[in-house]
Amino acid sequence: MIPSFPLGSFSGAIEFIFTPQNSNVTGGNKVGGFDKSIELVLKHLEVTVVALALALIIALPIGLYLGHRGKGELLAVGIGNAGRAVPELAVIALVAALIGVGFKTVAPALALLGIAPILTNAYVGIRQVDPATVDAARGMGMSELKIIRKVELPMAIPTVMGGVRSAAIVILATATIAPLAGVETLGDFIINRNVYGENGLLAGAILVALLALTIEGLLALLQRRLTSDGLKLKTV
Amino acid sequence: MSSPLPIAAAEVGGDFFRKRDVGDLCQAPPPKVFCFDWARENIDRYGTPTVQHLEIVVISVLIGFVVAFALALLAHRTRWLQPPLLATTGVLYTIPSIAFFFLLLPLTGFGRDTAIIVLAAYTLQIIFRNTMLGLANVPAAVKDAARGMGFTSRQILWRIELPLAVPEIIAGLRVAVVSTIAIATLVVFINAGGLGTEMYGEGNLTFPTTVIISAAIVILMALAFDGLLLLGQRLTTPWRRARSA
Repeated sequence: MIPSFPLGSFSGAIEFIFTPQNSNVTGGNKVGGFDKSIELVLKHLEVTVVALALALIIALPIGLYLGHRGKGELLAVGIGNAGRAVPELAVIALVAALIGVGFKTVAPALALLGIAPILTNAYVGIRQVDPATVDAARGMGMSELKIIRKVELPMAIPTVMGGVRSAAIVILATATIAPLAGVETLGDFIINRNVYGENGLLAGAILVALLALTIEGLLALLQRRLTSDGLKLKTV
Repeated sequence: MSSPLPIAAAEVGGDFFRKRDVGDLCQAPPPKVFCFDWARENIDRYGTPTVQHLEIVVISVLIGFVVAFALALLAHRTRWLQPPLLATTGVLYTIPSIAFFFLLLPLTGFGRDTAIIVLAAYTLQIIFRNTMLGLANVPAAVKDAARGMGFTSRQILWRIELPLAVPEIIAGLRVAVVSTIAIATLVVFINAGGLGTEMYGEGNLTFPTTVIISAAIVILMALAFDGLLLLGQRLTTPWRRARSA
């Protein structure tokens, strides 16, 4: 039942990504190929981006506000710790069982996984800003909202973005098992092994890994752009 | 937009997820979120997956700790190694676990070895970074004092720097253990057992009870390990309590 994988499998997997291959279960129809790969990459990206945006909209304002007020440390840090203990597979399985399958239930479920790191890091980042700096801004007549936007957030960017990057990775990784809840992501190549074969399995793994590294790289770049030049000098 | 029903359960899970006989319990509609009768009768079946889960987590974290700790000591002495080691462990941490499992497939095949290699690789980043951070945070004055008392570099490392770095090291270990316990549910996809075997598969889409039980065991296990490590930190750093008291 369990297939064996010779070391040469990688060339077969690369071929699978670019040109359709024969499958033994689809009755002569070819599977895989460049168009299918692109389709699944886009679907994977779509569900990841939507979930990350949802998580940001919910978690970022709460984290920034709690950090600014210096309140709710137990909540903000506790959510972060508890979030790490939640098994992703159970979240997907439970959402599919209790609410239903499809994009509309899977995207919010994935967002749930991203909330914890974003909220905790936003809180911690803002709390780490020197209170004297905040007082100086207040003394200059800045409103509380302006203090968050112009003083605290820019100084907290490295920590805040650290949370966003963790969230992006966990959402993208969990999107790989989204086919279990009826959303066809790159995980389809991996999970429907009987359809796509061994080449598809490896091809899916390669594409997911490349996608994750690309997103992580882009977010690291974004973090550099968002960090003010003054702060960059300090860390060097 | 929407794909066909998740036949995937039968496809991938046929081999690796555990089969489950619900019998007559809780089968009458409306469907229940949690079926206590079934849980009472079937709680025994969670023993084996729990033990498998524990074994995989403990072995992975131990290997990860030994490797990351050694790398941190090396990088502590040889400073220029720090950026490349941080980058390498960061890349390992970024690759999603399921993809990582199957990328190793041609080398190590299905089973526990692959699972342990991947999970151990995931712990490297956090343990390495925190150990280095802890060592770097030791005040220079303390090291100078030790040198003045005639300590050798090796003695300073083992008797001054490392004990003072224990809080950071354990903080890293706590994050590593808790996340490894959660991620270990995914090793079912590489046929390495664990509590993930109870989370999907035949009929679980309409029977969430078993998902809830296995997820609860995972979360309790994480809490227990987290508490144990916190206790370990308190026992190994008695001076911290003295200061706060």
